[in-house]
Amino acid sequence: MDTETGLQLFPERASSVAGDVDALFYFLVAVSVFFVLLIFGLIAYFVWRYRRRSPSDAPAAIHGHLGLELLWTGVPLVLAMFIFGWGAKLYFEVFRPPKEGLDFYVVGKQWMWKVQHPTGQREINEMHVPRGIPVKVTMTSEDVIHSFFVPAFRVKRDVVPGRFVTAWFMATKVGEYHLFCSQYCGTAHSQMTGKIVVLEPADYSAWLSGRSAEPPAVAGKKLFDKLGCATCHQQDASGRGPSLLGVFGSKVQLQGGGKVVADETYLRESVLSPQAKLVAGYEGIMPTFTGQVDEEKLLDLIAYIRSLALPPAPAPRQP
Amino acid sequence: MPEPHGALAQQFEDLEQQHESATLGMWLFLITEIMFFGGLFAAYAVYRSTHPEAWHNGSRHLDVVMGGINTAVLISSSLTMALAVRAAQLSKKTALLANLALTIAFGAVFLGIKAIEYHHKLEAGLVPGRFFTYVGPDLDHLQLFFLFYFIMTGMHAFHMVVGLVVLAVLVVMTLKGRLLGDFYKPVELTGLYWHFVDVVWIFLFPLLYLIGRHG
Amino acid sequence: MSTHSAASYLNASHGIASWLFTRDHKRIALLYLISLSLFFALGGMFAGAIRLELLTPKGNLMSDATYNKMFTLHGVVMIFFFLIPSVPAVLGNFLVPLMIGARDLAFPKLNLLSWYLYMAGALLAVTVAVTGGVDTGWTFYTPYSSTYSNTNVMATAAGAFIAGFSSILTGLNFIVTIHKMRAPGLTWFRLPLFIWAHYATALIQVLATPVVAIALLLVMLERGFGVGIFDPKLGGDPLLFQHLFWFYSHPAVYIMILPSMGVVSEIIAAFSRKRIFGYDFVAFSSLAIALLGFLVWGHHMFVSGQSMYAGLVFSVLSFLVAVPSAVKVFNWTATLYRGSISFDAPMLYALGFIGLFTIGGLTGLFLATLGVDVHVHDTYFVVAHFHYIMVGGALFGYLGGLHYWWPKLTGRLYPHTWARLAAAIIFLGFNLTFFPQFLLGYLGMPRRYHVYPEEFQVLNVFSTAGASVLGIGYLMPLIYLLWSLRSGAKADSNPWNAKGLEWQVSSPPPVHNFDQVPTVTEEAYAYAPADKGGS
Repeated sequence: MDTETGLQLFPERASSVAGDVDALFYFLVAVSVFFVLLIFGLIAYFVWRYRRRSPSDAPAAIHGHLGLELLWTGVPLVLAMFIFGWGAKLYFEVFRPPKEGLDFYVVGKQWMWKVQHPTGQREINEMHVPRGIPVKVTMTSEDVIHSFFVPAFRVKRDVVPGRFVTAWFMATKVGEYHLFCSQYCGTAHSQMTGKIVVLEPADYSAWLSGRSAEPPAVAGKKLFDKLGCATCHQQDASGRGPSLLGVFGSKVQLQGGGKVVADETYLRESVLSPQAKLVAGYEGIMPTFTGQVDEEKLLDLIAYIRSLALPPAPAPRQP
Repeated sequence: MPEPHGALAQQFEDLEQQHESATLGMWLFLITEIMFFGGLFAAYAVYRSTHPEAWHNGSRHLDVVMGGINTAVLISSSLTMALAVRAAQLSKKTALLANLALTIAFGAVFLGIKAIEYHHKLEAGLVPGRFFTYVGPDLDHLQLFFLFYFIMTGMHAFHMVVGLVVLAVLVVMTLKGRLLGDFYKPVELTGLYWHFVDVVWIFLFPLLYLIGRHG
Repeated sequence: MSTHSAASYLNASHGIASWLFTRDHKRIALLYLISLSLFFALGGMFAGAIRLELLTPKGNLMSDATYNKMFTLHGVVMIFFFLIPSVPAVLGNFLVPLMIGARDLAFPKLNLLSWYLYMAGALLAVTVAVTGGVDTGWTFYTPYSSTYSNTNVMATAAGAFIAGFSSILTGLNFIVTIHKMRAPGLTWFRLPLFIWAHYATALIQVLATPVVAIALLLVMLERGFGVGIFDPKLGGDPLLFQHLFWFYSHPAVYIMILPSMGVVSEIIAAFSRKRIFGYDFVAFSSLAIALLGFLVWGHHMFVSGQSMYAGLVFSVLSFLVAVPSAVKVFNWTATLYRGSISFDAPMLYALGFIGLFTIGGLTGLFLATLGVDVHVHDTYFVVAHFHYIMVGGALFGYLGGLHYWWPKLTGRLYPHTWARLAAAIIFLGFNLTFFPQFLLGYLGMPRRYHVYPEEFQVLNVFSTAGASVLGIGYLMPLIYLLWSLRSGAKADSNPWNAKGLEWQVSSPPPVHNFDQVPTVTEEAYAYAPADKGGS
């Protein structure tokens, strides 16, 4: 973390996309400076050159000039479309996570960030990540909307209750960086901050091994058994509930027509309000688990269901 | 419209300008109403598409007979309203009074039936919030459906009540011998409003009562 | 015509009741002017409290709960009770009938009702400040506003809801008046651009305000009855609120800026004695902005979790809306070419408007750019951007218009040197306050932060220093304008030698504006001697 108190003008650049974002940012700055100089310059020149010299001045009328109108409609339009295209390309780069990477889980709540590592270690308001490896962060909120914002990585994503969102980054520089909540979330919004600690992969492994942990899928399996889910959701589709084998990421046929991709949000809904979207061919007999599992336990359960890959082919489809 | 009818207001040049302004004003007002209900319908559409099952179930709890009767009642009231406008234009005082009274009566019947329906829902524990005691599957989303049912029909009923008050004012004015012939404008504008409120119901009825019936 | 008329609208009748029950659009405009000035002062005080707190990185002036109430009240008061009504309610009310040669608006009683609704809404919302405050931010985002906040959200939302009807009625009145009550010969393309701008604004007021009304109503119902509409725990969707809210609140930005653009067109023409360059393009760009403005609300939600493809559509439309704005700026600049330019206070505000609006508009491009918005969204970059549009744009237009038409409103002249000085101080103070916030945002300082990391302090100190300069700048017009009411020189009917029907009646105008409805034979801004013909 940069703690010098002097005048700072440029944010740290510590992720794989930061440079790309800055390139477009500086291009926009250049465009802006050009037009500001043009408009200010013209105004300054005109008001000086054509200042009123006598109270009886009566300048000739100029109605307009079609060519000029087309010029200053066309040039901004073309420029705007160019910037749009560049920005859109960048947006997909910043938002679309790569296939491979470490899966982190983050739960936001008033007013803290709860982080879980792929191997199960938990932290609050701190997040240790390895340098040079893509990190996917699946997030949800226990209460209001928060926003996961790491300025040095140029990454931001609103964390919305009731659904899962994914952000990703690949840190490129070892160090400590701010983590902010950037969506106003109540009284201590400005204290819902933390730090991201980027370590060399070896240091990260060492850091992990210094802490006991249970991988989320293992914790989820225990919870799954404890809640008695397995009585109905049997592996061989003979139970009263559908088998969960390979269900993650697949398309599920619903009762009354329609299909839905079994992603985190759907699985979460099916635990909390099981009747909302029933799987075709099954009765709506599952009770709700609202109040028994909080967001973190839900993440464990989902991690477990996610680990239940179908034994042979066909491979579960990614959404 | 609150403007004193008959007399030419000082800001206008002639009665024609005054009438045209009043009509345009009324249409603009109805456009704001469309946007207002439009926001509600948009929210309805979003939730119906995310929770089709709950919407389907919720719809089956509604009394389609009562809703159907109410639809007929409202359409009849639109007819009498149109006849009232015609009577005012032709300076037929008795016909105007009779049609205004009929429109009010139809409106009152509609609200009465609506009140009975609301009462049934209360007894069945289907009023969202504290009174929601109904037991069944997927209660959260069923409650959401009924929330929309009450907001949408409630907003509509509120507009009906406003319309009834305006109609009552028109009856008083007619008894005082106004509103006839050249001064029929308030009746026409009230008619526009009344028809609009009817049209809203024409959308509400299938969207709330009938979506659970098609299969 | 040129002397102070004995029976002006100001002295035609006396007593409080003659004001509170007036149907004269000019008196209603003054009622708005007085109440808006009070609410502006109130909103300014909240802003002052915010800037003082941010002088240091630690929250040592007030608690975080108090700070949250301060920025919420600042936003609510400034947006709903100052900026949205500002130019239309004061200058539009006063000038629309005068400019089109009408004796009043089409519905004078409705106009008075608008003022009462505005006051009811504003007072309801402001009593909240005394009775516990509200801390949701002016955006009322759910589920925080609907479920989690323990403050007085109901009353504030109800206040904004009621004031919304005031806005709807004003817009409705303007549309009917402009359609039906133009003087003979005053065709659409002879209308002053001020009228075009107000017409476009009124369209937005009528079409968009009802949608935010329903959104606020749903929040109130959810809070009041404890049922989930936007609460995900009951299957509601918090993002739906954002859609409904921004469907109004983005066009609302154009409710604030378009009338000021109309003001600037009038001022630029009058003080360079020139027809507005490309009149048709400026007029139609107002309509284009109004219409496109309805289709860009989703650019507030690029990181909210809305679909990325929706983001693409909203981004491209947002870029499109930049084009008519650029067209206006270029045409105003071109109007100066070969003009006869004087530097009276209204012109200084108008030139300031063009400059600051240019910066505000260009930084808007950063936010419309998907990949860049991800970084600067919800940071001080956004705060700086919309203050350049709303203060540098809307407020500069309002102040410029107030100075331009002050002689017409009151029949008095103000001291010109003081007015020029005040315009310069406000311009400097404004830039010193808000330019550093662009840098803060790029560095990553989130908005609505009560405590912040130390490395952001230097820029915050600059900003607070600028705010105190700005505060002094705002006080100056208050003093010399009030002074002018009693001691200013009397204005004749046309002190600026400007064109337009409003300058043909005495200052202040008589009660019914025109003894005889004028017949218009020339286009707007016919300043050149040989420019009498139609287009």
